[in-house]
Parts: sequence; C-alpha cells; structure tokens
Amino acid sequence: MIKVSYFARLRELTGKSDETIEQQSMTVRELLEWAETTYPGFGKDTVHVAVNEEYALKEDVIQSGDSCAFIPPVSGG
Amino acid sequence: MKPFEIVETPIEPGKYTEYVLHAGAGAVTVFTGHVREWTHGIRTLYLAYEAYVPMAEKKLAQIGAEMEGQWPGVKVAIAHRIGEMHISDIAVIIAVSSPHRKAAYEANEYAIERIKEIVPIWKKEVWEDGEEWLGGQKKYPEKGIEQK
Repeated sequence: MIKVSYFARLRELTGKSDETIEQQSMTVRELLEWAETTYPGFGKDTVHVAVNEEYALKEDVIQSGDSCAFIPPVSGG
Repeated sequence: MKPFEIVETPIEPGKYTEYVLHAGAGAVTVFTGHVREWTHGIRTLYLAYEAYVPMAEKKLAQIGAEMEGQWPGVKVAIAHRIGEMHISDIAVIIAVSSPHRKAAYEANEYAIERIKEIVPIWKKEVWEDGEEWLGGQKKYPEKGIEQK
C-alpha cells in the first residue's frame, strides 16, 4: 500500500488531499502515469514526486509503506 | 520559534532578527516578502498559500545548510507563512547574520532564489474575477529538481 498526497492545483483537480494505492512497488514514472490516467489533466510532465519527503527521480522505486507527494511547480516566496 | 518554519499566523520580524544576532555578527540582512496588490496590471484581492509542511521545513533547513557551506560564519532563520494573506502582509522572512556585510547580502538573496526552486509551497492569486495557482509549467528535469 502506497500513500499519496495532493497539493494546490492537484488537490483541487483530484478533489482529495490524500489516498492510498494498493501496490507493493512501482516506479515514480509508473506512479505519474497512473495519476495521469486516473485524473485527466494531471500534467505528469510538470509534476515532481517526493518519496518520504525527498524529491525522487522517475526511475526510483516506491515500496509499499512509502509516503509520496505529488509536487506541482512550486511558487513560494 | 524554530529557525526554519512554516507558520499560520502573522510573521513578527523581530524574533528572527534576534535569533541570528550574536556577538560575532557585524551585519544582519532581513528580507521580507509581502503581498503585492498589482501584478502586470491585474489587481490581487488576496493570496492563499499552501505547503507540504514537514517537507517544506526540511527544505528550508537544507537551504540554511547550503548557505552555511557557501558563506562560512552566516547564521540563518527563515519563515514562510501559509493560509490567506492580504495586501502588504509578510509572506516570507529571511534573516541572515554574518561577520561582514557582503556575505549577509549575498546569502540572503541566494535563500529566496532557492525557496522559489525547491520548497514545496504554492501560492494562489485571487482576483476580482478569478483565481489561479501560480507556478511555471516547467518540464520535469530528468536530473531531478535539486539540480541547479
């Protein structure tokens, strides 16, 4: 089970702050593809993924129990 | 206060300045970023900021560590406010002390640039006739977001 969180535009698009995915393991690339398929307009090419509060690369592997966050382009400051 | 924090209440600059001040500091720079009413001719009513709080605080601390590495002797405190903010409210404060002024200026500017690159905070502008989450439609860099 993988926990995912949504923020800002993605929280509004999905209508939720977080959910869980019933997967043992998947790559960041697969997670982004899952999100794009599940939520049309997700914009996977502009979204970063953080795994356990650190930015991950697309080929990184997410394991069951990991906590992931979709990070749309940041705009702090 | 924590030296690197996300807060939901108005930012009081004094406590961050006091935190970085010490006997070896010959210079303190304090940057405050405020909510601006007009952007490219469009009037902002208010801003709404959101953050992935635990990661945002970690990334602010990482920026502080990068500054200490690049400008030895600096002491840093950074706070970013989230929630609804109105015109002239302080959204972010960066306080930097240093033995000499040049490092305090340079490190302070470095901090705001890095905040805009790596800290998971988002700003929504609300106008009279609409609203939008800001953030460039940047392509995902293959080497990852941390790459400079």
